[in-house]
Amino acid sequence: MQLELSTEDEAFREEMRTFFTTQVPAEIRETVIAGRELGRDGYVETQRTLNAAGLAVPHWPVEWGGRDWSDLRRHLWLEEMQAAGVPAPLPFNVSMIGPVLAQFASQEMKERFLPATANLDIWWSQGFSEPDAGSDLAGLRTSAVRDGDDWIVNGQKTWTTLGQYGDWIFTLVRTDPEAKKQAGISMLLIDMTTPGLEVRPIQLIDGGHEVNEVWFTDVRVPGENLVGEVNQGWTMAKFLLGNERVGVAPVGTVKRNLARAKRLAGNQLNDPLLRARVAELENELLALELTALRVAAHSAGGEPHPASSVLKLKGTELQQAVSELVLDLAGPAAYSSGAGAGSDLPEWTHLAAPAYLNLRKASIYGGSNEIQRQIIARTILGL
Amino acid sequence: MDFTYDDEQVALRDAVRGLATRAYGDFEQRRRVVAEDPGFSEKVWTQLAEMGLLGLPFPEEVGGVGAGPVEVGIVAAELGRVLAPEPFLTSVVLAGGLVAAAGTPEQQADVLGRLSAGEAVLAFAHHEPWGSPGPAARWSPTATTVTASDPDGTWLLGGVKEPVAHGLRADLLVVSAALPAGGTGLFLVPGDGPGVSRTGYSTYDGGRAARVAFDGAPAIRLGAPGVDQSATIVAAAAQARVAACHEALGAMEVALSATTDYLRTRKQFGVPLATFQSLTFRAADMYVSLEMARSATLWAAMVLASGDRERAAEAASRAGLQVSRSGRHIGQEAIQLHGGIAMTAEYLVGNLTARLTALDHLLGDGHHHLTTLAAGVGDYGALDPLTGRGSKEEHA
Repeated sequence: MQLELSTEDEAFREEMRTFFTTQVPAEIRETVIAGRELGRDGYVETQRTLNAAGLAVPHWPVEWGGRDWSDLRRHLWLEEMQAAGVPAPLPFNVSMIGPVLAQFASQEMKERFLPATANLDIWWSQGFSEPDAGSDLAGLRTSAVRDGDDWIVNGQKTWTTLGQYGDWIFTLVRTDPEAKKQAGISMLLIDMTTPGLEVRPIQLIDGGHEVNEVWFTDVRVPGENLVGEVNQGWTMAKFLLGNERVGVAPVGTVKRNLARAKRLAGNQLNDPLLRARVAELENELLALELTALRVAAHSAGGEPHPASSVLKLKGTELQQAVSELVLDLAGPAAYSSGAGAGSDLPEWTHLAAPAYLNLRKASIYGGSNEIQRQIIARTILGL
Repeated sequence: MDFTYDDEQVALRDAVRGLATRAYGDFEQRRRVVAEDPGFSEKVWTQLAEMGLLGLPFPEEVGGVGAGPVEVGIVAAELGRVLAPEPFLTSVVLAGGLVAAAGTPEQQADVLGRLSAGEAVLAFAHHEPWGSPGPAARWSPTATTVTASDPDGTWLLGGVKEPVAHGLRADLLVVSAALPAGGTGLFLVPGDGPGVSRTGYSTYDGGRAARVAFDGAPAIRLGAPGVDQSATIVAAAAQARVAACHEALGAMEVALSATTDYLRTRKQFGVPLATFQSLTFRAADMYVSLEMARSATLWAAMVLASGDRERAAEAASRAGLQVSRSGRHIGQEAIQLHGGIAMTAEYLVGNLTARLTALDHLLGDGHHHLTTLAAGVGDYGALDPLTGRGSKEEHA
């Protein structure tokens, strides 16, 4: 057992901290820290800056830009990035489709897509969920039927995050309606400018436009856009959802937000009950961060550390709790959510309620927290 | 950064687990032992001494092994798994820790030598009865109502300490007492010495405690005269608290595994309990609590091992708070998910919960630690577990 980082890891941490706080434009980081909406350009500029320095896709295979870092270094990379308010490289690109293509796609498809994916020249959307297939993904119904060399796609995807910015969408489609649920699914890459593909915004309780429905009406997709083999989609989906061991708990972000909440609290921090609430959150967050470090520093082969399943569950709970704290700090001032430049109230009070409402999603997406409990109960506790 | 035990530590764990399982793997055996005075097995105590465990934290010069808080934690966790009633925590880690921190070299050699060899059981007589100074002073590092005086060059103690864990069986008491010039001193008093009267009783976790009254009892001042030992008590309590967190970790692990075993095998309405999602989800939450407690506890042991006293006290409080929360959650849920069987004295699970409760109160409960930690939240921005400090400067 050893508490400190090795000299090399400490130097690495410092290097990351310096890069993130000096090379990513302050305006972008301030937008993230303040919780304002970051438009497409902010994501693209950041990711290209990171990619140019070899910091956008460290967990990919080396030949496609990966760095062959230890899990601990990936953890430090991510935590320093979050602490500095740097928007993480687009997860649809770097955590989802990128690794899948690197693992399953043909050489031709890799060459065509991976460099552009790493550099965010292509903005990917995720087309997995459907109205009747959320956590139970295998219930999806969007179909792809052969027509010569092409596929004809019909159906509807939903909860497509930032789909309004998307250039391409990676989808799971049903290619064999006769097969058992998981067995008849394939993965198709679809250019979002194809005729018959329509993106419709979904308005959410926070008032923002973050997710979309994507409708497919006789969308013609070239056969070469199939990833891997026909009916192999479930394997790829499982790979995609299961290969993340680092970064599932947004520890750096939650830490930054909690420290910021204390600053915003001002005199309210004289209230002993508020201090206790903060101290309790800090202590849980510490235990979570230590759990993340335990998982990241775990060197034993490819097996995921059992405690990794704690991270998403507890991480999102704490993320939500901190947004709730900020909301309560704003109190009645949070009612100014629609106020603009003419308001006497500070900007953070305008943003507190939308942020709180928006983050209710965290315990639902990426495998709801009930799914996480199911995973813990089944695979760890054997129930 | 590494949270895994090295080969020697794994060997220590396996050896202690072997001994603990032989002694108390059968819970009935533990029940028989705690039913009889002194509430633990003298034979097992001797075996612990023979394995070097009673001298584990002390320097080799005084008969100890010279191991650190990580090794102490490993032993405590293994004893916690079987609810071993031997007073490793209170006699070795706490009372022995005070002698190691405050005693003169001669006192250390004598007392810790006997403790390590299994020849003397120690107890720390510190808690003072309810009333003055009242609940606000619970877990205070100072003594108030037990006083020390030296009218003619011999220290004499007066007042009552209660409850004193294993105070009746103890061969030697380490006693905190208010000094004539102010501050709190530490004293050594033989358990059967003149002016000492003891009344022993059983405790709800199967342990033993005592009321110990001092009526002009001659005492030996621990360490140099004129030193206020409150800081020593704080530091020793931090060491013991982290060991207590480990013991609780062992108990929580077993409470969870007993519960999952039960959910798998026990049938109701014709099906195993594990069929009911509401129950398995609660078990999953127990696992989350356990892993959060494990992370905080292992971390605190490493902070202690780094030797920084100020950081150590805070880390012990942080682990203490997390383990308090986790221990209550896991203990209460273990009983509820078992149903009535867990309410019976002959079944392990309820006893684990009783021990978790006692450990929570031994050195400051969650409320106590939260009060301490809450006082400081305005002094830093974010906590950094690698340095153990809050950073005042903001990132970005």
